[in-house]
Amino acid sequence: MELIYEKSVPGRRGVKLPASDVPPAPPLPDGLLRAEPAGLAEVSELDLVRHFTNLSRLNFSVDTNFYPLGSCTMKYNAKVLENAAALFAPFHPMTALLPGGGEYCQGNLGMLYDLGQMLADITGMDEVTTQPLAGAHGEMTGILLISAYHRAKGNRKKYVVVPDSSHGTNPASATIAGYEIVTVPTAPYGDMDLELFRQAMSDEVAAVMMTCPNTLGLFNPHIKEICDIAHSFGALMYYDGANLNAIMGKVKPGDVGFDVVHVNLHKTFGTPHGGGGPGAGPVGVKKALIPFLPQPRIDMDDEGTFVLQTSRPDSIGRAANFFGNFGIMVRAYAYIIMLGREGLIQVSEQAVLNANYIKERLKPYYDLPYDQTCMHECVFSASRQLAHGVHAIDIAKFLIDRGYHPPTVYFPLIVKEAIMIEPTETESKAAMDAFIDVMIEAARTAESDPRALLDAPLTMPVSRLDETKAAREQHVCCLG
Amino acid sequence: MNDSHYCPHTPEEIREMLSVVGASSVEELFAPIPPELRAKTFNIPPGMSEFETFARMQAIAADNGAAMVNFIGGGFYDHIIPAVVDHLSGRAEFYTAYTPYQPECSQGTLQALFEYQTAICRLTGLEVSNASLYDGATACAEAAMMALRATGRTRIVVDGCVSPFSRQVLKTYLYNQAVEVVEIAPLDGLLNRAALAACLDEHVAAVLVQNPNFFGCIEDLSPLAEQVHAAGALLVASVYPVSLGLITPPGDMGADIAVGDGQSLGNPLSFGGPSFGFIAAKKAYIRNMPGRIVGETVDKNGKRGFVLTLQAREQHIKRHKATSNICSNQGLCALRGLIFLSAVGREGVAELARLNRDKAEYTKARLAGIPGVTVVQSAPTFNEFTVFLPKPAAPVVAELLKQGIAPGVPLGDYYEDSANALVVTVTEKRTKKEIDRLAEALRAEL
Repeated sequence: MELIYEKSVPGRRGVKLPASDVPPAPPLPDGLLRAEPAGLAEVSELDLVRHFTNLSRLNFSVDTNFYPLGSCTMKYNAKVLENAAALFAPFHPMTALLPGGGEYCQGNLGMLYDLGQMLADITGMDEVTTQPLAGAHGEMTGILLISAYHRAKGNRKKYVVVPDSSHGTNPASATIAGYEIVTVPTAPYGDMDLELFRQAMSDEVAAVMMTCPNTLGLFNPHIKEICDIAHSFGALMYYDGANLNAIMGKVKPGDVGFDVVHVNLHKTFGTPHGGGGPGAGPVGVKKALIPFLPQPRIDMDDEGTFVLQTSRPDSIGRAANFFGNFGIMVRAYAYIIMLGREGLIQVSEQAVLNANYIKERLKPYYDLPYDQTCMHECVFSASRQLAHGVHAIDIAKFLIDRGYHPPTVYFPLIVKEAIMIEPTETESKAAMDAFIDVMIEAARTAESDPRALLDAPLTMPVSRLDETKAAREQHVCCLG
Repeated sequence: MNDSHYCPHTPEEIREMLSVVGASSVEELFAPIPPELRAKTFNIPPGMSEFETFARMQAIAADNGAAMVNFIGGGFYDHIIPAVVDHLSGRAEFYTAYTPYQPECSQGTLQALFEYQTAICRLTGLEVSNASLYDGATACAEAAMMALRATGRTRIVVDGCVSPFSRQVLKTYLYNQAVEVVEIAPLDGLLNRAALAACLDEHVAAVLVQNPNFFGCIEDLSPLAEQVHAAGALLVASVYPVSLGLITPPGDMGADIAVGDGQSLGNPLSFGGPSFGFIAAKKAYIRNMPGRIVGETVDKNGKRGFVLTLQAREQHIKRHKATSNICSNQGLCALRGLIFLSAVGREGVAELARLNRDKAEYTKARLAGIPGVTVVQSAPTFNEFTVFLPKPAAPVVAELLKQGIAPGVPLGDYYEDSANALVVTVTEKRTKKEIDRLAEALRAEL
């Protein structure tokens, strides 16, 4: 499709601005005045509407296609959450920080406070900050909290331990927080190798970062033991909450022994992810870490008024400008109170049932390197198909032609030709059966006509794209 | 039975699925969790219908009281949002899509992000942009880390006229790294250039400034850029995108990296988020840039298409050696920014900027006419400016809030000896009537 800049016609306008009701200001001095207007598109409103409507039609989305990305939970977003978020559009965040301004934001501050309490209950933590703006931002904030805790105790710590199946953000976040990374391999049964973990531990380890269930979709039955071992070395346990949607109401990370947790609200509680974001990554902590939480903090005084604490001496400071991605909190809050206790439990149960159903049905056709009861996602390997020259990516492209967004491929890195499927709780049996049929067709085609897979996709606006050329030429904008 | 109405299965279907799985109950699937680890309590209240939920949310929003007439900025700005922004960004195919890992079925998102990158480059006068960051404050921190990587140096110099929130976020980010952050105290609401010159040496990776700055003042960064480059450091400018319709863009002033918050481009205030951060740079620094980048390429048949590119810098491949820990971008908010910029267009963005400045200059003149009020005149301003009141600003602000006016941000909490100072922000949305009301209310209060 043409770029909007290619549709641009000098002199066209997509919106009329309000007329000025004040006299014009004297001009700015020359050196400060832009020489020429920025080369933005010049289009009418209808040009604009057609352009973006037609662009949108080039996308798969949850509302149009089954989207079984593993580790990146893409589930249906309830429409009422959007209406709820719109109620809060006009509130300026600075109002809360003005002298006497808190009085005019009691609804917003109270909602954030309540959301924190509910997330604390869901995760088994004592307090929550809503400030982090995404899951990885929450991870970084969490590790900074851990670092502040150790510093306050006079502990000298240098390392953060992660399993090799971890999300790549875990080691990256810990590095920004100033730590060196120690990676522990996965044992043949799919969990972090306990013996190698023991060997990796020392008094210099600040934290162990775990995802549980992990990126293979498996709940580590030794998780309590791992927490105990870590604690015996004075290390804290960090829970990556990306997969929290598998265990709500069933197990709480805080009860197991985790000290810090982040929650990807957009994954577990269903908010739009708009082609990459926004998200939100609130962080929960156990009591010992509360003093270090980012500020401003929202507290409730004796009269039930919500107040901001802005000068807490041990705080790590600000992780973001204000209170986090508030619009995402509104959606998550509404989702939680709407589903309630039983609804959240049902979300986890059906997510787990659906993943196991797909796992069992596809097991005869794809290699399953870790054949156990899984939680909300299952990981296959296309190594059987590789014998016919078909890679995981080819199966992914075949699915596109059949109207399915592909599962996550090539992650986790520890599974050769990984295909990671997460159906989520919102997909019907009929939708999953249809998907399973296509996956089976892909496996059969890999044997009978591998060439057909290598040519896919054929039905999309573009066929396979030259990624090397993109990286080499780095054409990332039209300077015009 | 069906407590979450978003879970579609009937009891019969659940039975069928369980028989395929070989389990007698759903509960059996949770067997890998040792019994002693199971949750003993779960105190979330019982659920409700969507109608009850919405009513509850309406009640919460109403607890805030009526929205204020905003003369406050501080990083978030009350601008118009054309109706097309909501309608087009709300299209399900954009709204409920994920990161475009499979480019063939995500060309809509990818092309939109490429167009977004183009808009940011053209607005900032720089050569490359990524597909957005979380927000303006974290973008400042990421730009500083980018400069540290690009230069291999260890010190960041920050103008004290940069938003105190951004400076705090920067310090939080860098606290644990072997990096020194040096702050230069403002001089008359401007960068103290002599103090900066004195601390420019071979350790400085970047000088971070904001233009217009937190007090509203606009500075010519060009001479500064020469000085910074002579010392082998990079100039990072945090800019307010709407102002770039009028003000010389950071690239043309010699900045190496420009960052800012995109909230003012079509994103609602929403009590502080979500918005998006933008980052643009000279092409030489593209490999040091954090986050996602969309690149143009061709498919097997030579047809133009778009992909996420330079992914080898990213955490999912490089893990602890990645350029940053950022995994996502703010795709939907950036899309809103693109639609906004395309709706106002080339001439519209200039007109919008002029409108903001006209309203602010009118307000400035009105406030200057109030006995005892002094307008700071040390530099030209865009749509916010600083005034000194004859008494502390905090109680004055508290009083005006009671009248439904948020008159500005008092500086006392952020700068010593500034208890009487107030930063007043005026966007195109403020009418002459509202401005006159502000002036009258302020006059009555002083």
